[in-house]
Amino acid sequence: MVKVRVWGSLAAATEDRTEVEVDATTLRELLDALAARYPALRPQLDRGVSVAIDGKVYNDSWFQPIREDSEVVLLARLKGG
Amino acid sequence: MALDTKSETRQFTVVGTRPLRPDGIDKVTGRARFGADMTAPGMLIGLVLRSPHAHAKIKRIDTSAAEAIPGVHAVVTRADFPVIGDNDFIADILDNCMAGEKALYDGHAVAAIAASSGAIARKALKLIKVDYEVLPHVTDVDAAMKPGAPVLHEGRANETVPEGMSSNVVARYEFGHGDIGAGLAGADRVLERTYRTEATHQGYIEPHACLAQMGPDGQADLWCCTQGQYMVRDTCAAILGLKQGQLRVTASEIGGGFGGKTTVFLEPVALALARKSGRPVKMVMTRSEVLRATGPTASSSIDIKLGMTKDGRITAGFAELRYQGGAYPGSPVEFGAMSAFAPYDLDHVKTVGWDVVTNRPKQAAYRAPGAPMAAFAVESAIDELAKGFGLDPLEVRLKNAAREGTRASYGVTYPAIGLEATLRRAKDHPHWTAPLGSNQGRGVACGFWFNFGGNTCVSMNIAPDGTVNVIEGNPDIGGSRASMSMMAAEELGISYDQVRTVIADTASLGLNDVTDGSRVTFAVGLATIEAARDAKREMCKRAAMVWGIEEDAVEWKDGAAHPAGPNAGSHPPMTLAEIAAIASNTGGPIAGHYEVNAEGAGVSFATHMVDTEVDPETGAVKILRYTVFQDAGKAVHPAYVEGQFQGGAVQGIGWALNEEYIYGADGTLQNAGFLDYRIPVASDLPMIDTVILEIPNPGHPYGVRGVGETSIVPPLATIANAVSAASGVRMADLPMSPPKVLAAIKGA
Repeated sequence: MVKVRVWGSLAAATEDRTEVEVDATTLRELLDALAARYPALRPQLDRGVSVAIDGKVYNDSWFQPIREDSEVVLLARLKGG
Repeated sequence: MALDTKSETRQFTVVGTRPLRPDGIDKVTGRARFGADMTAPGMLIGLVLRSPHAHAKIKRIDTSAAEAIPGVHAVVTRADFPVIGDNDFIADILDNCMAGEKALYDGHAVAAIAASSGAIARKALKLIKVDYEVLPHVTDVDAAMKPGAPVLHEGRANETVPEGMSSNVVARYEFGHGDIGAGLAGADRVLERTYRTEATHQGYIEPHACLAQMGPDGQADLWCCTQGQYMVRDTCAAILGLKQGQLRVTASEIGGGFGGKTTVFLEPVALALARKSGRPVKMVMTRSEVLRATGPTASSSIDIKLGMTKDGRITAGFAELRYQGGAYPGSPVEFGAMSAFAPYDLDHVKTVGWDVVTNRPKQAAYRAPGAPMAAFAVESAIDELAKGFGLDPLEVRLKNAAREGTRASYGVTYPAIGLEATLRRAKDHPHWTAPLGSNQGRGVACGFWFNFGGNTCVSMNIAPDGTVNVIEGNPDIGGSRASMSMMAAEELGISYDQVRTVIADTASLGLNDVTDGSRVTFAVGLATIEAARDAKREMCKRAAMVWGIEEDAVEWKDGAAHPAGPNAGSHPPMTLAEIAAIASNTGGPIAGHYEVNAEGAGVSFATHMVDTEVDPETGAVKILRYTVFQDAGKAVHPAYVEGQFQGGAVQGIGWALNEEYIYGADGTLQNAGFLDYRIPVASDLPMIDTVILEIPNPGHPYGVRGVGETSIVPPLATIANAVSAASGVRMADLPMSPPKVLAAIKGA
């Protein structure tokens, strides 16, 4: 199981918890598991998120490995100028 | 402080030097071709008719009289574009490029004409009759959130917005951890204050321009000034129902972008006119159009609660941020909310962000979108509390600075970061202790930005004479051609003069994400280095063939293949040029390639310091001295890095002191020109001093970090803190224009 921090305004979609646990070994599995376990997260997942894994930010790399002890944080999808 | 021993100890030959910029001669002689310099045989001129109203229903558009004018070849309205039903992001871009049922802001495009001359197009434009029903409007973020405010759209709020709010509120974001109430209870003083910033434009000198052509077979070409030709291709294809591979987009030289050219405005319209007329169509915006109808950044209204102990420890930080992003959802408030307290190690922190729509042009990204306003509020509050306790504001920031292991306010635990290093360098700098005169004040502030990488594709061609072309797909807005050539030369072991980097069109290279997010030197640099390594492997293979030894018995060093290992035998080294000269005899052309989605870019911090003088008679503020301290990871071309630091500071100075979108009571923009929308010019500024720190990024082979955006984050607060020190009055509303500063002094 991987612990995932979600930002505060998503807690309404995760049973009022800002830290949830899902089974995942890759970024793709993580996003799929979140959508399956917490369907109310799907609108935000569809709009796009970034995911910080051990301090590094990933946007799209489905097969980025995630360890059980990784720090995983859901972030608003990053944009730049 | 070492993060990557290998990078830190590496001795560079080319990287870190300051060779001449490859675009310099073209730009100073006028040879460089910008968006408006493109022409084609049979070309028409396209012009846009824009709404004179801030908010109006478009009841009917009659284009018949305009179409009857000889020389008019096409007129388009929204009816000429497909309906985008299932993609709000693309639908909003289309609606911004050409209004549908309503004009949502002063300057909103409602029709366009292509004619054989500009004079004919202007004449015909006046003959288009638009029947408007003028609606109530709202341009202020706080007013737009109030119940009963004029509503732009119904049903655009997402699931995060509580019921009962104005329909203009379209998203809510919340970040943080801890218990704000408990944290504030532990403070010796709690500061509560509201801060406001106005919308500012990126102020690029080159207006938007493009040339489009489309054949009856659906094959289309577009030349335009943009930060991302692939983004233009994909967006225009989605809007117009084209196949991406049938539309080739070529980026011109670019006269500034700063985030504002990360979307499209004219391009789909020009393509629609070209499709309808069967002729090439060129469109060039006026400065007024740029200001009225392209994206400035958001304006903001921010409430801060900050608790501090008398020894300078921040006990809790709370920010409620309200950003209006113009007429469509998508203000950068989430990045303001994520970055507001990012430089600090706080046990109790919370930010709430509200995305609000108003009758203003659709905001576009502007360097570190959303962060400068948030930093203005937080860094001003820290300064006010620190000075209230008689504490050194740099020491207070050092006491609270985020470090390796700090849980950031946006949730991530930081790896080793460079904030503390910038603060210590600032404290040790002579600027910090230089004497000040009367009516003068000094300010400091910190800033943060995320940085990212993204999709990147690089090819490297070795010419038969041993010169090298790097082919990359990101418009050069900050020196990337020089930087790529330098990294290629470094990796290949040849001189900078042997490498030329060019920017490919969308049909010539795989997908490259937009030039944004401070990503190019990081991501394209990484891909360039890997493409060079790919080419080196091939050249070692060719040398092995010549020598009759195994490939793995050859190594590359000092620009040549060398036999290596016990069974390699004795052979004189073969230089890159020698291997290139016999490429036809050893298997054909030699090229290197690398394709990657370069994720894992490192975050960036900066500390800025400024001295200002306030004229108590007029309220005018003069910038006396300015110093930027920022971590670059590794400065590939230090002069360009300094330029990024200086540019960010100068744009921040404009944002802090003069620049603002001014709307009249009728909701129309009152200052749509550079005479009245005043960006800083050279005579307004001292030389901006820079201090480059180099703390290698472990995610890049040379330790590079993005530097393009962080430098605009601290200036608003830095200058506000200095002006407040000089005037004796806390300035919480930007811009600090002379009338506003004077009123504050007289009201104190």
